[in-house]
Amino acid sequence: MITLIASFVKQAIIQGIPLLYGSTGEIITEKSGNLNLGIPGVMYIGGISGVIGAYFYESYGDTSNGFLCVLVPFLSSVLGSLIMSLIYSFLTITLRANQNVTGLALTTFGVGVGNFFGGSLSSIFGEGGQIALNTTGNYFKQTLPFADNLGLIGDTFFSFGFLAYLSFAISLFASYVLGRTRIGLNLKAVGENPATADAAGINVTLYKYLATCIGGGIAGLGGLYFIMDYIGGAWTNNGFGDRGWLAIALVIFAIWKPKYSIFGSILFGGLYIVYLYIPGLMRNTQEIFKVFPYMVTILVLILTSIRKKREHQPPASLGLPYFREER
Amino acid sequence: MKNRETMHEPLIRISKKDSMQWYKSWAVRTAAIALALILCAFVIILLTGYSPIEVYKAVFAGSFGSERKVWLTFQKVAMLLCISLAVTPAFKMRFWNIGAEGQVLAGALATSACMIYLGSKLPPAALIPIMAAASIAAGLIWCFIPAFFKANFKTNETLFTLMMNYVAVQAVAYCIILWENPKGSNSVGIINPSSHFGWLPSLFNQKYLLNILIVFSVTVAMYIYLKYSKHGYEISVVGESENTAKYIGINVKKVILRTAALSGAICGLAGFLLVSGTDHTISTTTAGGQGFTAIIVSWLAKFNPIVMMLTSFLLIFLERGAGEIATVFRLNQSISEILSGIILFFIIGSEFFINYTVSFRKKNHKEGKK
Repeated sequence: MITLIASFVKQAIIQGIPLLYGSTGEIITEKSGNLNLGIPGVMYIGGISGVIGAYFYESYGDTSNGFLCVLVPFLSSVLGSLIMSLIYSFLTITLRANQNVTGLALTTFGVGVGNFFGGSLSSIFGEGGQIALNTTGNYFKQTLPFADNLGLIGDTFFSFGFLAYLSFAISLFASYVLGRTRIGLNLKAVGENPATADAAGINVTLYKYLATCIGGGIAGLGGLYFIMDYIGGAWTNNGFGDRGWLAIALVIFAIWKPKYSIFGSILFGGLYIVYLYIPGLMRNTQEIFKVFPYMVTILVLILTSIRKKREHQPPASLGLPYFREER
Repeated sequence: MKNRETMHEPLIRISKKDSMQWYKSWAVRTAAIALALILCAFVIILLTGYSPIEVYKAVFAGSFGSERKVWLTFQKVAMLLCISLAVTPAFKMRFWNIGAEGQVLAGALATSACMIYLGSKLPPAALIPIMAAASIAAGLIWCFIPAFFKANFKTNETLFTLMMNYVAVQAVAYCIILWENPKGSNSVGIINPSSHFGWLPSLFNQKYLLNILIVFSVTVAMYIYLKYSKHGYEISVVGESENTAKYIGINVKKVILRTAALSGAICGLAGFLLVSGTDHTISTTTAGGQGFTAIIVSWLAKFNPIVMMLTSFLLIFLERGAGEIATVFRLNQSISEILSGIILFFIIGSEFFINYTVSFRKKNHKEGKK
């Protein structure tokens, strides 16, 4: 029984990590007032950019150097997500386009790019066939050296690749920056009321750009984790599934606080796979279980809006473009 | 605080335009599409090495290559148009219904349930109206729930409707396993394949003609509703400013609920047309992402139902063209999403040049002048 619970917790954490990356990134973005519905697309791009980086490094580089094997996909993943976030930022902040429309177009584009290159990367640049980047995948899966000696606890909490711990670290750091620093305060001011922030001398455009791009970069790592660590370096079309939307759901569940999204991600991860651990479920009942994360999110959304507690609300200017001359 | 002496005019200044003549704004949009197509051509050459002329020929063939393809194209345009019409009144009111996907699925589910459980028990004359009513009701309820909370507690409708999509997807996934045929296949298969119970009849031997006609009449009705009815007026006032609406005595809550219900109802109708008039089956991808594309269609047309016929045609034309490229040049089908993405970015960006003017600092202007 203990081993079963331990394995459930471990799987829940694993499933939660891409969601945690996505939601941390989206929280930072939304704090600036930008509702980036392109996050699912950004996460696909984060994954595929990592795959492309790793593919070329494995083809032309020195695969015995584990550090570079990890660094190249990591950087290319961040770069890919940054480009996507820049497209979104340019359209919504500089050109003041509608955020929902831009975000959805970004998702279409990102999923398309991901599936296109995932499916035909090797037929365009190499000899064809399925991509399998096992070497890179193994480097990403490298666990902490003492994990094996700690038995069950080690297996449950210390057996993840470095990206898992990085996700917690980023989340805690984001929580610190948002809650305890001047930068965080300014960012929140921009998201709550950009006109007031502008009047107070905060560079609204800069904050919006930075928050969206940093947020996108973080979210993209979720895609990288999924492809490299969880899958182990292979691409399956639409394999990432609806996790991007789930990450947006998690933002609401965490009421826009990164530290809550750590627990939220494990909970969502658990809800995502709990049907595998309940014996005797019919196949159709399993489908019902998969709806829980969304139901929980809806519930949180309703409860927070009914209670109207000020610190639990979405940023007040969420989804609205800011134009100084408009009243 | 900056001293007046050192104040200077910024290099680039952006100001809002009053309005542009319609032909100028369409010229801007056309230019954007042209630029996008040029960029797409570069992408295609880079990825495949084929001549873009060949590729654009293939794009055209994708929509108009044969009579069957033409009908299929118009059918797809009709479905996308129907969903776009559905989201339009809600958007005009600034109610961001991005749950069309789920509302269409709810309608599709209701239609399928009627076809499966009532198919053999009722005559077609009774069955089809019941199916239509059931799916309209299902779509309506699916949109009414978020609207209820929006109207009463100001719950964020963008996020709520988005979540409702996945609830609908899972409900469909559940029912598929319940109804699967043959057992274990994880798909429902064609419903009533030999008896055709609950299938929309084909007019003049054209399977899709009835769908197209229904959607066309909805388009005209929606145009009149938004432009000439009192409801349409109320929708645009609430969309422009809720406070103004309250001031002139519009019951904002009622307008939100009524409009969202209408939006959901038309989505339900789209679900009915997709199952009863097109696919005769249901899957979790019955809506196929069109609930999201519809948002773009409606927004591009500036919420004008007549223009929407054009924009939905444009998007379907591109999608089918890119699909054809993928088949002809043995590329991955996802190229279509990449190309539509690029074109959308350009069109979205071009709106800026319609709504704003960019003026540069005059050359002989001295900095720091009072």
